[in-house]
Amino acid sequence: MKTKKRFDGWLIVSLILLAAFILVLIYPMFGLLKQSVVMPDGSFSFQQFAKFFSKSYYTDTILHSFEATISVTLLTLLIGIPFAYFYAFYRLKGARFLFVISILCCMSAPFLGAYSWIMLLGRGGVITKFLKSAFGIVLPSIYGFKGILLVQVLKFFPLVFIYMNGAFKNIDNTLMEASANMGCVGVKRLFKIVLHLCMPTILASALMVFMQAFADFGTPTILGESFLTFPVLLYNEYLGENGSNYNYAAALAVIAIIITAIVFFIQKWATGRFRFSINALHPVEKKKPTGVGGVLMHLYCYLLVIIAFLPQLYIIYLSFRNCKGSVFHPGFSLGNFKAAAKKLLGRSIGNTVILGVVSLAIIIVVAVIIAYLVVRRGNALNNTIDTISMLPYIMPGAVIGIALLIAFGKKPFALTGTLAIMVIALVIRRMPYTIRSATATLMQIPMSIEEASISLGASKAKTFVKITVPMMSNGILSGAILSWVAIVTELSSAVILYNNRTITLTMAAYVEIGRGNYGTAAAFAAILTVVTAISLLIYMAISKSEDVKL
Amino acid sequence: MSVNISVKHALKKYGDNVIIPDLNVEIKGGEFFTLLGPSGCGKTTLLRMIAGFNSIEGGDFCFNERRINDLDPAKRNIGMVFQNYAIFPHLTVRKNVEFGLKNKKFPKEKIREQSEKFMKLMQIMEYADRMPERLSGGQQQRVALARALCIEPDVLLMDEPLSNLDAKLRVEMRTVIKNIQHNVGITTVYVTHDQEEAMAVSDRIAVMNAGVIQHIGTPKDIYQRPANLFVSTFIGRSNVLKAKLEVEGERTYLVVNGEYKAEMVNVLPEYKQTQDITMSVRPEELLLSKDACVGMDAVVDDCVFLGLNTHYFVHLNSGEEVEIIQESSIDSTIAPGTRVKLTINTEKVNLFTADGSNNILTGVRNDCVNG
Repeated sequence: MKTKKRFDGWLIVSLILLAAFILVLIYPMFGLLKQSVVMPDGSFSFQQFAKFFSKSYYTDTILHSFEATISVTLLTLLIGIPFAYFYAFYRLKGARFLFVISILCCMSAPFLGAYSWIMLLGRGGVITKFLKSAFGIVLPSIYGFKGILLVQVLKFFPLVFIYMNGAFKNIDNTLMEASANMGCVGVKRLFKIVLHLCMPTILASALMVFMQAFADFGTPTILGESFLTFPVLLYNEYLGENGSNYNYAAALAVIAIIITAIVFFIQKWATGRFRFSINALHPVEKKKPTGVGGVLMHLYCYLLVIIAFLPQLYIIYLSFRNCKGSVFHPGFSLGNFKAAAKKLLGRSIGNTVILGVVSLAIIIVVAVIIAYLVVRRGNALNNTIDTISMLPYIMPGAVIGIALLIAFGKKPFALTGTLAIMVIALVIRRMPYTIRSATATLMQIPMSIEEASISLGASKAKTFVKITVPMMSNGILSGAILSWVAIVTELSSAVILYNNRTITLTMAAYVEIGRGNYGTAAAFAAILTVVTAISLLIYMAISKSEDVKL
Repeated sequence: MSVNISVKHALKKYGDNVIIPDLNVEIKGGEFFTLLGPSGCGKTTLLRMIAGFNSIEGGDFCFNERRINDLDPAKRNIGMVFQNYAIFPHLTVRKNVEFGLKNKKFPKEKIREQSEKFMKLMQIMEYADRMPERLSGGQQQRVALARALCIEPDVLLMDEPLSNLDAKLRVEMRTVIKNIQHNVGITTVYVTHDQEEAMAVSDRIAVMNAGVIQHIGTPKDIYQRPANLFVSTFIGRSNVLKAKLEVEGERTYLVVNGEYKAEMVNVLPEYKQTQDITMSVRPEELLLSKDACVGMDAVVDDCVFLGLNTHYFVHLNSGEEVEIIQESSIDSTIAPGTRVKLTINTEKVNLFTADGSNNILTGVRNDCVNG
């Protein structure tokens, strides 16, 4: 009722949310900005920004990041779109297998892929050695640009696949028939109609890949060597071995936010040129793949998925191999797991579960409430909350980590080294994605359903709990699974915030790689892989739907 | 138990945009009352004001003597049926029907009994434990009705409940709705833009245009003696022609095109003066004849044989185009190009003032207070 602005409970909820966001987002951002321009002696200066642009050693990192990220984004689209097309339009054999495996691929932490590929194709890698001794073939080096490309493309193509599969499913069969009727079929139709209709989704997935690849810290650290990317520079400046410069790191973080913001707005602008939505009443029926084309299709899909999954399998294999330091020896044992158990395995599993459960619960509750406030009670206050909550979308994980350290490193909010600060980081990292999917879900629920409930005598609060939330649950659940896995495999902000007490499985694996304990690292990684795989299987069993949304 | 609804001086604004300026209507207890009008005329807005989902900017809404303007929608004791049915997709049919009973704190042992009574009434008992997604549109509609009725609401509100169904089901369901309403005897407000549907189900119809009620009356009254030109063209088909009223002594004549003259015996006394008027004549109120020597000259442009009736499209000397419906005869239809004579059934034709704002004949029954 608009007649009288009644003071209801939702206003209090809005104000609490706003206060929380100001505390964990605006305040740290402000701290970051301040540290980038206010020097330790208290003077105001842009000298840190000037320093960045003064040396090509620094500016090159940006060029490297762009070079790698743009290449990764384009190549990911190039590989992912055909895969999604075959999957959506043809009855492939073992389609479910392809689906599950590709989801598993994008769920692993990127640096594990990098580490595993080094084991396979690196200087001492199995395949490298084998090809050299058997055929005398010398493979090109996996280190630097090419390696980053390989690892990130294989990690991110499933994102494109999930997005595009959803879009393809929304193409109405009558559009395909109408196009055929007017003489446009085959490849021509694919480009003129199908891909054009999916353009908003293509752009959305491109942005997603770009943001994640740009912010990825683990892969270039392990594989990059002299090919220094921006997040690695940022990390080195903040926690580097050769003395850290907090002011300079803060300036770099500000530059990172500016870059991602620009990319974000370019994508917004591009998407604005394809302003239409599609929703199929009659989805396209899958065809049976036949002939040579059918064989090639299967070959392409299976080869892609298997290559992408290979690193994870290999890590599990390695975890059972005998290992001393960084050298694997013949024979199998549980030695790696025993070594891991001595190194905080129990604590890291415990922390991982606690962090995952608590963060996910907070994310879901807050996302549902924000979606409800924005969609059903849109006003200036709630729209402001929505906009603020989207900020982390353009903040690379390392930047969030640094900002939180600056904000909560000292009184009155001394949280450094606690699980709480990790929870905050994880929540704000994943929040934008879950809010988007919750908002989209709620928008599809007609208002009249809630009105029906109210007219049947249910109060607004009861309607929200009994009708709105259950109806949103499918959409939220499908987003939650990816959030869960992203939380569990989070590295880029955790690497800045963690300590011995708050270590997670992912961090433990990363630390062990850094120390050269490859066997122990493999054990941690194997457990991590199994945890994500089990999460996915549980989710699929519960939801009975094969759809996973981002 | 039937409740009458009274709306006095209702005002609805969105910002500065006035949707309903000043609307009055009295809906009798137990009545099947339909709001009919073109899309955007404010009929759904009015319904949602009664339901409590739209704010009320002015006026009084009462159920019996009780003012409900500020009453929470959940407490108005209304059964509502929505255009998209609004069935809760995550609850079974039974749970959907029981939802309202649980909220109304019905005694537990009676909930099952009550819900089954209405599921049986709507013939959906066999689907009781199904999820809604496995029901057809017609079945979902029945669930929506059972759900709305089983809380024994004071009034039943229906917002275009049949518009998502196919034509055949629409006809079937409107009979179901009418019979149920009749059996339960609940005051019902029904919104539709389909005039045939309105005629089929309603006790009384309010024809709305631009937020103003044009005419309230029984289907027969509205069809036969529409209050103004808008109502006559919106309900059924009408040919609208320019004409003249001529008074000669005690007698009043209708003159069309200066060539056709017929005496009118039912003109209201205050309009008995020579003047320009607008005539609204329904296709079946025109008589077409090949051989007669009286009547307006017309040339047949086209004819469409539809079984029971044959439709003729003709043009007059003035160039005005007219549609005529005649019962099909056994001999051949009249070929296009044929010159014919038209006469008017003066008992049925409606005459309006030149601007169409008022019917100038006797026999108009309009319950509309501001009209």
